[in-house]
Amino acid sequence: MSRTTLDLWVGFFVAVGLGALLFLALKVGNLASSSSGETYAIHAKFDNIGGLKVRGAVKSAGVVVGRVTEIRFDPEAYLGVVTIEVDARYKFPRDTFATINTSGLLGEQYIGFEVGGDTEMLKAGDTIKKTQSAVVLEKLISQFMFDKAAEDGGKK
Amino acid sequence: MYNSVVRALRGLGQKVTARIWRLGFASRFFLAIVLHSGTSVRRLSLTIREIYFTGVLSLIIILVSGLFVGMVLGLQGYDTLARYGSTEALGVLVSLSLVRELGPVVAALLFASRAGSAITAEIGMMKATEQLSAMEMMAVDPIARVVAPRFWGGVISMPLLAALFSAMGIFGGYLVGVQLIGVDEGSFWSQMQASVDFREDILNGVIKSFVFGIIVSWVAVFEGYDAEPTAEGVSGATTRTVVTSSLAILAADFILTAFMFTGT
Repeated sequence: MSRTTLDLWVGFFVAVGLGALLFLALKVGNLASSSSGETYAIHAKFDNIGGLKVRGAVKSAGVVVGRVTEIRFDPEAYLGVVTIEVDARYKFPRDTFATINTSGLLGEQYIGFEVGGDTEMLKAGDTIKKTQSAVVLEKLISQFMFDKAAEDGGKK
Repeated sequence: MYNSVVRALRGLGQKVTARIWRLGFASRFFLAIVLHSGTSVRRLSLTIREIYFTGVLSLIIILVSGLFVGMVLGLQGYDTLARYGSTEALGVLVSLSLVRELGPVVAALLFASRAGSAITAEIGMMKATEQLSAMEMMAVDPIARVVAPRFWGGVISMPLLAALFSAMGIFGGYLVGVQLIGVDEGSFWSQMQASVDFREDILNGVIKSFVFGIIVSWVAVFEGYDAEPTAEGVSGATTRTVVTSSLAILAADFILTAFMFTGT
């Protein structure tokens, strides 16, 4: 086989291979949607973060507005501190209420922003004051069982 | 009685030292390839020729196997997911298993048996027909002229082949899942995109296939170079290439997976 046809085939092979990689990155993976735009960091303290993970979504009105970038433990207040990178296009009032929600019954957990009415906006480095912790299913069930037992005991 | 025990022990020791000697020689050989790989860059046409023989000629087997593996994953995954009423997650199952594991591993196994064995046989025959010695006579370094281009050709081809395998497999899963069975097309792709991460999953898969490419090419050129210069020796070396590189791929896959996908 002559040189040029060989080069043509190898070029075709490399192009197709890189095309497959691009397909994996854009169509299969989330490279396109993971915006690399400007963000600003804010913190939120929770009594219990439940199953929240780094890179978890932050949603407001169901729309993804940011990502969880760091989760650590505050040894003085005994609280979980979550650092959130919020898309710089979106500003939230200072009294925004952060809750940890679960998508679906057993889905993964995300942080939801419920917007308040303050005229001042959150700045980079600010800490959200009002938070609600993750719902721990076991606690709910045991609470329900104890309540039931107490009711039954009262009747007798 | 005493003699036979001693003989058995001596045989065992000889086997172990022979293996370790070979491992040492293989490592030294690897270093020699890396040091002599300047020629493969300077005379790029040599490497391109090897990419043609290892990569382009493996295209058909990789594409067809990828398609069928993806189709089987689609059928089996649907069957299992239907029990839990979550058939929308079919895309996630197919893509994650292909991109993380099956793509790099199965493509590397196919590559070892399709291209690795050919490299070993070629270099072994060159040695048996004394072409390598003839090159040395002419002051041409056979490692730089013959071995290194084949090594780099394999290392470059492998990640591309693995990516093609994964892409083709996902297409096969799409064909079976969406076109044949009727899983919702929107949720197939959107759930896939939501849970396949570029860095975590795709890039780690590419790193895996790159490592496998190094392993397969290294084993193939080493076995060829180390083959006994007889017809029997070459056939034995070819078999050893496939066996050794397959086992090494699976072992390396375990180690890489343990590093890459632990917890968060």
